[in-house]
Amino acid sequence: MQAKVSVRRFNPDEEQPKPYDQQYDIEVEEHFTVLDALIKVREEVDGSLALRCSCRAAICGSCAMRVNGHAVLACKARVSQHLSDDGEVRVEPAGNQPVIKDLVVDLEPFWNKVRAVEPYLQPSLPEPEAEYLAPNEVMLHLVDVMGCIMCGACVSDCTVLEVDPNFLGPAALAKAYRFVADTRDEEDSKRLGLYNGYGGIWDCTRCGECVAACPKGVAPMDRIMALREKAIESGTPPGGYDGAAYGYRHAEAFEEIVSHKGRLEETMLVVKTLGMFNLPKMLGMLPVGLNAMFHRKMPSPFAPTVPGVNQIRRLAARIKMNKDGAAR
Amino acid sequence: MRYAFFPGCVSRGGAPELYQSTIAVAGRIGIELEEIEGWSCTGAGALQESNPLLGDTLNARNFALAQRMGLSIMTICSTCQGVMAQARVRLEDEEYRAQINELLAEEDLEYTGGIQVKHMLWIMVEDIGLDHIKSLAVKSLDGVFLAPFYGCYIVRPSAALEYDAYPQRKIALELVIEALGATAVDNDGKTRCCGFPILTINERNSLAMVAKHTGEAQDLGADAMVTPCPLCHLNLDGFQSKAARQVGRQINVPILHLPQLIGAALGLDGPALGLNRHIVSSFDVALKMGLRV
Repeated sequence: MQAKVSVRRFNPDEEQPKPYDQQYDIEVEEHFTVLDALIKVREEVDGSLALRCSCRAAICGSCAMRVNGHAVLACKARVSQHLSDDGEVRVEPAGNQPVIKDLVVDLEPFWNKVRAVEPYLQPSLPEPEAEYLAPNEVMLHLVDVMGCIMCGACVSDCTVLEVDPNFLGPAALAKAYRFVADTRDEEDSKRLGLYNGYGGIWDCTRCGECVAACPKGVAPMDRIMALREKAIESGTPPGGYDGAAYGYRHAEAFEEIVSHKGRLEETMLVVKTLGMFNLPKMLGMLPVGLNAMFHRKMPSPFAPTVPGVNQIRRLAARIKMNKDGAAR
Repeated sequence: MRYAFFPGCVSRGGAPELYQSTIAVAGRIGIELEEIEGWSCTGAGALQESNPLLGDTLNARNFALAQRMGLSIMTICSTCQGVMAQARVRLEDEEYRAQINELLAEEDLEYTGGIQVKHMLWIMVEDIGLDHIKSLAVKSLDGVFLAPFYGCYIVRPSAALEYDAYPQRKIALELVIEALGATAVDNDGKTRCCGFPILTINERNSLAMVAKHTGEAQDLGADAMVTPCPLCHLNLDGFQSKAARQVGRQINVPILHLPQLIGAALGLDGPALGLNRHIVSSFDVALKMGLRV
């Protein structure tokens, strides 16, 4: 089978380096992965093509890159499943990371962020004679998240990192969850305080790109949501980052409004999240609010009650009661 | 074709023109909409963060109400669609469903599983058929360039949204745009995040996303963007000028709701579709589509 492998290339040694696309027309077998195709290009057509790979079996995490716009492990993605109607497959370096050359990205920022979440067990003393033991059953729920191979596919496709490189990102925060949820680690409160900071758990948009990109089922976004829930439930103070305080209030206000009204009232949500007397924020929202009013888009604060709202209130109250009971 | 209609909070709140245009268009293409009486918010992913059980219970209640009507559900919001699809998967677990049905029993409701929930976008492609819509169109939108923008929840996670069984869902918006004679402007942002969920948490990042996507659509020559998600609409339309100021450039791209696009081809006029209720003026694109504004 013929394939047009279109590769986004970049050579830092050129006088004025800038990315460009190069197409390689090669013969591929049905079983070829994208990595097989790239290696064939490098060995038979163009020895200057730079890429990073090692195990070729979706274990080492070296070959994360974008295929047709989405991050994958090149060694796990079949060429035949990614060919367009005219036989082309588009390969680019992983996103959100500086490109060193061609398909090789600089992982230094990635590792710095992983290090920033303190990715090691912090049990209380005294130390046991041998290893810290934990029964199987309390570790089972961590199997998926511990399956992370640090390939950075999730980081590549993160929509927040596209606009804010300060965000810790899905891989580091999934790793953070792994320690908060480990019964042997006893620094939850310090950790949650740390993860509440600017660039932490509250900056995630819940877009789901990281869940889609992860080749190992780690579901980083779900871990970030679990960290948010833990931060709120454990009573960890939001700390010095306004975004965390707004995040806490947003979660609380959303639940309160829906539990009471059955439906969401956007205006109330904004007011309750930002705070009625938060003048700078309220003034910032004013032009949009006035504009919405002018265009008859502003929801009425006197919206009719949802039929059966008492049933919704009853459900919310009962679930809250059960939850509080369980917490005690 | 008859559906249990789930309008979602935003079409009854900050984006009333979506509700208005949906009703107007449904009548023209023979979709009978029976609104689910007493429907509640799906949780929009936000409630699922703080109280997942309440989120699933409210969705199960909506499903049970629709089942009592004997109809499949039609949504008009990517977020509602995605949240419901995910809840639907969890509620296929019989033990979990029984636990939730116990809560619903007092209202004499029971969700028996297997409800079908479809966004209007999918209904156009899968149930009504593009040929039928084309046959109803009174004008071609030839020469109009439209950038699709899906909204995260109608794209991911693809398993809950049954993309394997319905592969055309991946390009449904482009299919509708092209069927009506307009040109779909492919853009990198089309399946990315509009930034709405973090608007009150990190406004700077949220606006940066708005500027990135609307700016891209403008640079690619789009006359407007089209979205099946009213939350994306709120952010891309309502905050576009603020986002443009943040990045120091001019951006002016109208954001159309899906039924407004369809309605335009069916010969409905601007006011009937609520095009005058947008914050970024849709005057120019309405003229280009040959609408009375």
